[in-house]
Amino acid sequence: MDTVVDILLLAFLAVCAIAILRLRDLFAMAMMFGLFSLITAGLFTTMDAPDVAFTEAAVGAGISTILMLATLAQTARREQPVTGRSKLLPLLVVWVTGAVLIYGTVDLPAFGDPSAPVHTHVAPYYLQQSTADIGIPNVVASILASYRGYDTLGEVVVVFAAVVGVLALLGLRARPPRVVRRPVRRLDQHAVLKVIAKLVVPVILLFALYVQFHGEYSPGGGFQAGVIFAAAIILFALVFGLDEARQVIPPRVLQRLPAAGVLIFGGTGLLTMLLGGNYLDYDMLRESPQKAQQMGIIMVEIGVGVTVASVMLLIYFTFAERGRHRRPDGNGDDGPGGAAE
Amino acid sequence: MSFFAHYNYHLAIILAMIGLYTMISRTNLVKKVAGLNIFQVSVFILFISLGVVEDGTVPILSEGYTAYSNPLPHVLILTAIVVGVATTALALALIVRINEAYGTVEEDQVQAKDEEP
Amino acid sequence: MLPLIVVVPMLGAAVAALLPAGRLPWLWATAVSWFMLWAAAGLAAQAMDLGVLSYWMGGWAPPFGIEYRLDPANALLALLIALLAAVVLPYAGPSLASEVPERKTPYLYAALLLFLAGQMGISVTGDAFNVFVFLEISSLATYTLIGLGRDRRALTASFSYLIMGTVGATFFLIGVGLLYALTGTLNMADLAARIPAVAETRTVHTAFAFIVVGVCLKLALFPLHLWLPNAYTYAPSAVTALMAATATKVAIYVLVRFIYTVFGPAFAFGDMPTAHLLVPLAVIGLLSTSVVAIGQGDIKRMLAYSSVAQIGYMVLGIGMATALGLTAALLHVFNHALMKGALFLALGCIAYRLGTTQLAVFPGLGRRMPWTMAAFVAGGLSLIGVPLTVGFISKWHLVLAAIELGWWPIVAVIIVGSLLAIIYIWRVVEVAYLQPAEDPGRCEAPLALLVPTWILVGLNFWFGIDTRVTIGIAERAAAMLTVGLNGGAP
Repeated sequence: MDTVVDILLLAFLAVCAIAILRLRDLFAMAMMFGLFSLITAGLFTTMDAPDVAFTEAAVGAGISTILMLATLAQTARREQPVTGRSKLLPLLVVWVTGAVLIYGTVDLPAFGDPSAPVHTHVAPYYLQQSTADIGIPNVVASILASYRGYDTLGEVVVVFAAVVGVLALLGLRARPPRVVRRPVRRLDQHAVLKVIAKLVVPVILLFALYVQFHGEYSPGGGFQAGVIFAAAIILFALVFGLDEARQVIPPRVLQRLPAAGVLIFGGTGLLTMLLGGNYLDYDMLRESPQKAQQMGIIMVEIGVGVTVASVMLLIYFTFAERGRHRRPDGNGDDGPGGAAE
Repeated sequence: MSFFAHYNYHLAIILAMIGLYTMISRTNLVKKVAGLNIFQVSVFILFISLGVVEDGTVPILSEGYTAYSNPLPHVLILTAIVVGVATTALALALIVRINEAYGTVEEDQVQAKDEEP
Repeated sequence: MLPLIVVVPMLGAAVAALLPAGRLPWLWATAVSWFMLWAAAGLAAQAMDLGVLSYWMGGWAPPFGIEYRLDPANALLALLIALLAAVVLPYAGPSLASEVPERKTPYLYAALLLFLAGQMGISVTGDAFNVFVFLEISSLATYTLIGLGRDRRALTASFSYLIMGTVGATFFLIGVGLLYALTGTLNMADLAARIPAVAETRTVHTAFAFIVVGVCLKLALFPLHLWLPNAYTYAPSAVTALMAATATKVAIYVLVRFIYTVFGPAFAFGDMPTAHLLVPLAVIGLLSTSVVAIGQGDIKRMLAYSSVAQIGYMVLGIGMATALGLTAALLHVFNHALMKGALFLALGCIAYRLGTTQLAVFPGLGRRMPWTMAAFVAGGLSLIGVPLTVGFISKWHLVLAAIELGWWPIVAVIIVGSLLAIIYIWRVVEVAYLQPAEDPGRCEAPLALLVPTWILVGLNFWFGIDTRVTIGIAERAAAMLTVGLNGGAP
């Protein structure tokens, strides 16, 4: 049964990918891209990776697609036909890469084989020791935040590097503009949308908090929570307008949060060093190693959540604001969502 | 080992090929980024497939289960997904600036404008 | 101390982003770079004393946790990165102030520190996946820094590099994934211990191919170098100097580490045709890009092509698969950073005064900017490989390594490469000193730029004459990395 679902999902993915390749209407392509990510998330679920599925759904189908739409709203809606380019080189590169990869998979252990090296070396340690070392049921969380917590710090810094880049390249005005009521709006005229958004946004925010603090017991954690939190505010911005959303969190505060999150995470490591341990060795934080580990994990997950949520929001605001100023008709209080109708 | 024991990997490789082809053969920069993303997702699928255990379940320890999927690839791919979205955001920011500087996001037209005296 | 050399610039970047625009972010970044130099010097001395330093992140033992591992090979690299950073960052303040708007300074210096943190992280980590994470940190910072160049072509250069760089990093990731599938581990030392058992499988061969190709994209080995000339040409001057001096060197190091430590030379050169691929590509790249460099009108671009050519020398040394060849490669990694750093800093002085580095503005520069041009000439001599400079030391070792193998054609290639370098450097010298200036006014660069430039020039001669430190570390590192080759245990 699993096999059938697996192959079906993978076949869907291939169809989506080909559609992305062939569609000339770029908005349609972006929507197809969102669908692609959503199906990928489904595939990850069938492969018993709920944390990854969660992230892929929030990031691929959510943030990436929104950013892509925001870019398209400012650039071009249609792709121009490719002319005068030889298809030989791309085809060659692709077939060689594919052939080498197929060659490489021949000696891989069979799919799902429990005696494969990945299941007999290193990983069993996490599954067996996590309870004693850290005492939380979600092993993904304990590897993410403790065993390989340093990778996760790196991941947070990557996100921070992205926002540094986007702000350096595009810039964001420090003060929100005065809210001017315009007679013609696009999305916020729809009463149904407004009512539903008002109902849904608080629930999403609450869910984000749940995901943040329940990540040790169920799929989730700072990263997913951050993205979901940002998604709630972005939804608000799409329906009620960018300016109103920016009233909720002033950019001057928001611009400082990504660095603050990095410092919370990295600072936890420095703290453990000051207490005489290794970098990010949470055992130093409290007497009982288990409680110390859990405390350390909560601290660093807060750092992750703060950085991720603020970075996603900042990037969205930057793109949306840029689009508004560049749009020739000058009427775009709704951000790119408005243009993507 | 049978060739068909690897169907998951093979389908992921097909995705990788479509993604790479989109990235190399198209001139529209947004589409290139989409292709790059497909390529990256195919690698994510490859990694997650490695972690699957037959009759296993999600790696959240609970009574009554003994076989769990390997949590390590999950952690790695969580990181890789984040790296992917960070790259995408930066690429799109560059595209916005390129569009402002050149008035187009088609690679060949951008090159043509640079070659003008 | 070992984690701090990475963590301090990483968290320092976050602090820089919080500082107000102006001089403060620059001063902060400079202070951080000096800390890095101090720490790197101490660590290098320790690594030479103890052989290997190991640090367990989070207190978890490898292979379960992430390990930082410093031995002479990466101690040399860490020292190089920190040294270049400590010299270039003081220079960056006035230079970048003339090229990047002031309001962007917090992000600019945050990106510079992230770049350094990433480079340093790749150098000292002992975990294959951790390499990928830090590779992406430094790459994202690099894309940003290139995109901040004044010319609009900086944007397209950055975009092309982003695409190529991400493909390279993803190829690397595929390779690491395949290795993981067969060994179940990500720790480099553990991988090295477990790969021999599965070395005969097609999966390991594929993993090797993907890692080598991915890293070669990053280090711009011919013909995968197409992103590099534009990136170096249009990035702000100080950024080009730092990038040219360190970024490709770190990629070279990753190649060395995977070929010699993780896969082991017996596998890389015995089971795989590594030498048959790397050596011809290095030779073709070395000669062809040197020729292309001669025809360039923009001197920054000329030096960018020259960098691709110099990468050829390093890959050549790696491909020789001998202790002497590897010593030469490692020496050239360090020495080329010194010479290209000095040359790009000199060009930065010219860009600061004249706003461009086109050959058209060079007539009479020998009189108009005597100190700058003298630095350029000194750097050029080192690039050519004149005795008493570092360039001579590394090329001499490379020639010795080629002779040891009896590869006489390679000796000829190295000499022809140097002759080509004489031609492209002479072109500039001729125009600057022998052609009259249209505007004869003196316009020497300020001391704030000249002093760092001359410090690097001085180091070119210092390490060209007193070679104990560099050759000492490089020989020790090469001996350690080639254990499997010279009759030792595989």
